[in-house]
Amino acid sequence: MGTISLKKVHKAFGATVIIPSADLDIKNGEFVVFVGPSGCGKSTLLRMIAGLEDLTSGQIFIDGKDVSDTPPSKRGLSMVFQSYALYPHMSVRNNIGFGLKMAGESKEMIDGKVAKAAATLNLTDYLDRKPGQLSGGQRQRVAIGRAIVRQPEGFLFDEPLSNLDAALRVNMRIFIMQLHQDLGTTMIYVTHDQVEAMTMADRIVVLNKGNIEQVGSPLELYNKPNSVFVAGFIGSPKMNFVENNTIGIRPEHIEISEKKGDWQGKVLLSEHLGSDTFLHVDAGARGRLTVRASGENTFAPGTNVWMTPDKSRMHYFDKDGRAIHK
Amino acid sequence: MATQQTRTLGRFAVAPSVISLFLWMIVPLAMTIYFSFLRYNLLDPNYACSLMHPDQLLDGANRCLAGFTNYTYFMTDPAFFKAMGNSLKLVAWVLAISVVFGTLLALLLDQAFYGQAVVRLLMIAPFLVMPTVSALVWKNMMLNPVSGMIAYLFKSVGLQPIDWFAHYPLAAVILMVSWQWVPFATLILLTSLQSLDGEQKEAAEMDGTPPLSYFWYIVLPHLIRPMTVVILIETIFLLNVFAEIYVSGTAGTAGNLPFLVYQYGLIANDIGGASAGGIIAVILANIVAFFLMRMIGKNLDA
Repeated sequence: MGTISLKKVHKAFGATVIIPSADLDIKNGEFVVFVGPSGCGKSTLLRMIAGLEDLTSGQIFIDGKDVSDTPPSKRGLSMVFQSYALYPHMSVRNNIGFGLKMAGESKEMIDGKVAKAAATLNLTDYLDRKPGQLSGGQRQRVAIGRAIVRQPEGFLFDEPLSNLDAALRVNMRIFIMQLHQDLGTTMIYVTHDQVEAMTMADRIVVLNKGNIEQVGSPLELYNKPNSVFVAGFIGSPKMNFVENNTIGIRPEHIEISEKKGDWQGKVLLSEHLGSDTFLHVDAGARGRLTVRASGENTFAPGTNVWMTPDKSRMHYFDKDGRAIHK
Repeated sequence: MATQQTRTLGRFAVAPSVISLFLWMIVPLAMTIYFSFLRYNLLDPNYACSLMHPDQLLDGANRCLAGFTNYTYFMTDPAFFKAMGNSLKLVAWVLAISVVFGTLLALLLDQAFYGQAVVRLLMIAPFLVMPTVSALVWKNMMLNPVSGMIAYLFKSVGLQPIDWFAHYPLAAVILMVSWQWVPFATLILLTSLQSLDGEQKEAAEMDGTPPLSYFWYIVLPHLIRPMTVVILIETIFLLNVFAEIYVSGTAGTAGNLPFLVYQYGLIANDIGGASAGGIIAVILANIVAFFLMRMIGKNLDA
């Protein structure tokens, strides 16, 4: 099983507090994504779960067992690193099998498991190559292979796709989701990309300055953000904030027309994506707003337009940025 | 991409250094080869057999031209085999000592500890000491059987001090030369250790790698290339060790090939023989280099 719980986890380097206090419960088989801007402490949190970083105080439980002082290899977790961290002088076969070898498994066992993992990852033809002879995507798959052969209780991914190009990133995203479905193992995935978070996660943990801002399913975060920060971070294009950040409205919840509406404005730019058009509108005192319109929309820059926000989908915030649910 | 113009310009730009290097190497080599075929001894009253009087080289008796006599004489000299053996022993031992201790010291210095910067600086210091100075220090202050530091330590635990230069001259020379070259190996290997990827260390930690396995499977393969560089560079310099042997006065038993050439040329005044010896030393060095490259040079390929 692979439940992971954090209890009052605190991390500080000297006087610098990285994570004030984090509490979190991850269920077995869940795909949890830690998301937040760079420097929000998401990687530190992951590394503490892995055991690569010591806790200043607090506890971490895996399967109900306190592992706060357990060395990384004894926690039953595998990690996929941002740089892949493959051993450059070992063949793909030895890279994947290294953990098993260190665990003292027999040669036949290792060969069998490596062959099986390689088949899952389409790496069978590359087993005797060195990492230097592989492409970025193949290296990524070797790193995943190294993680899965150990049959861990949970997988930890530290921004694994950030070194890949856009097309490959989409493929690997689907591949990892498929892997999660097939294995049913708990996965924790760290990213700064909210699209990755929204598409992959069962539950998203949004971090801001070391604090857990909100935990919830992608749609919960999208529909009911707890704070201005979460509201602004989740969703693309970004939510519009008006009236001194007390009201938020998503670009897709504003209707636009040339004739009538609540707010008047002038089109500055339009981004045509084919399926949608994102209009950047100067709405006078309300500032600059983004509106999502249908792909056929062809408002030229300079056009005067009227916008009507969907009142039922407006988000209200107090002056501290906390959401007011009406 | 280099255009035609920049390539032509580049050739002109490097020409002075190429030409001067060429002269610097080829002229002495050519002269050495030339002398090695002459019966040219400074004590010979007939001083005509030199470059100064090329017109007299072929006198009636043809007594200047030596053919291969210098070579056969040098190579059948019992001192030659002894010197060659000493040369090889010196190189092999110093290489082994500097690679092993260099690795261990580099591992030690790679740890974070208080005063790291100062210790690293001190560590490098022996490499910067002139060989003659180093030999004097070792001869008079460390290995001297009466007033040396080692003798003092021996006496303090009740052992008989050893007169190193009299009884174990080659070991003493190896010790002195190693003292100079271990820091070089340490420096190269330390910089390489510091370039070992942090995430790789962590991956090994996640894989539950015990310390010795970590060294064997992760660190050592990473160090192979810098070790190759250390071995190649040190070999070149170690084949040429001279000052330590000269200053410590151990030539009788620990003399190497360069020293034998010196003895031929500047003690026996036999320029022809010394030149032949020099050429033989060059050939032997090339053979050593060839086998070294064959054995470990492939580590340098990307």
